[in-house]
Amino acid sequence: MSRFFSLIFAAAMTLALSACGGAKPEWQLSDVRGHLPDLQFNLIDDNGKPVDASHFAGKINLMYFGYTHCPDVCPLTLTHLHVVLQRLGAQADQVHVLFVSVDPARDTPALLHQYVTAFDPRVTGLTGTPAQIAAIAKRYRAAFNRDAVKSDGSYDVSHSSGIYVFDGDGHARLIATSADSIDEIVHDLHILLGMSR
Amino acid sequence: MKWQMLFAALLLCASAQAVAASLQIQHAWIRWLPGDLPAAGYAIVANTSNKPARLLGADSPDYGGVMLHQSFKQDGTERMQMVVGIDIPAHGRITLAPGGYHLMLMHAKHPIAPGDRVHLNLHFSGDQTVGVDVAVRPANASSD
Repeated sequence: MSRFFSLIFAAAMTLALSACGGAKPEWQLSDVRGHLPDLQFNLIDDNGKPVDASHFAGKINLMYFGYTHCPDVCPLTLTHLHVVLQRLGAQADQVHVLFVSVDPARDTPALLHQYVTAFDPRVTGLTGTPAQIAAIAKRYRAAFNRDAVKSDGSYDVSHSSGIYVFDGDGHARLIATSADSIDEIVHDLHILLGMSR
Repeated sequence: MKWQMLFAALLLCASAQAVAASLQIQHAWIRWLPGDLPAAGYAIVANTSNKPARLLGADSPDYGGVMLHQSFKQDGTERMQMVVGIDIPAHGRITLAPGGYHLMLMHAKHPIAPGDRVHLNLHFSGDQTVGVDVAVRPANASSD
């Protein structure tokens, strides 16, 4: 009996949601609207200045967690985002990329600056104290873990692979993963750019 | 007797060359990164022989160390691990490409910039080594 009512309730909710939201955009990435908090942080940018989310307000922000001693996957993702910005043409002015270090011990602002600008000048590197980094990773449920130190003293950091997409009002809207193509990211950014017009 | 020795030596030499030629390195490139950051090297290794081979590692006169690595995804997390070897089937190939197998090149011995060429020696089972000159591409280069 209770299952019957929960089914009715679910159907009613679906109707209500579709009625108030109008036609739902055909997102190709994962729609996370309402499931993740707004863009908010206190970090240090790659020029060594303290910044918070208000500094990047009004633009679509693509946020990705990584680190500079990451020669393979982080460059692949940043290269994809560079191509995404190229593909958006003039509209790329409305989009910004935030590369948040999960390795604040090694990622100084100067090193981050060299690293991110090698991919695209429209990427901002963000670092901070271990506590600040832990806070933003926790806020977006982005796991990261420092692996065992190798014989030469170096180490790798395993990290969450998602690209978080925030709209111009700072609301979390979409998540792209490494499985999503450049085409799919560009497709959804076009929709989001159209909505904010 | 002398001629027989010479003939035998020539035969040996020829077979050694055939072994080396049976492993071909194609589309090799390095993704440049600034400063002393580790860079990644990529290539296709084709085995044209009838016997399986195994890539065991690499070194370079231009880098202090080279490691065989693999990126992989586990529970939504990007991870990297060292790899002790990659099997290459007879008449098969392996691909070292972004997001998968790659060479991790550490501690450049001299400043390296996009557009440079560096040398890599790839080591295979059976004491085989194949050298290759590799193009250094910009950080944001797309794959082949």
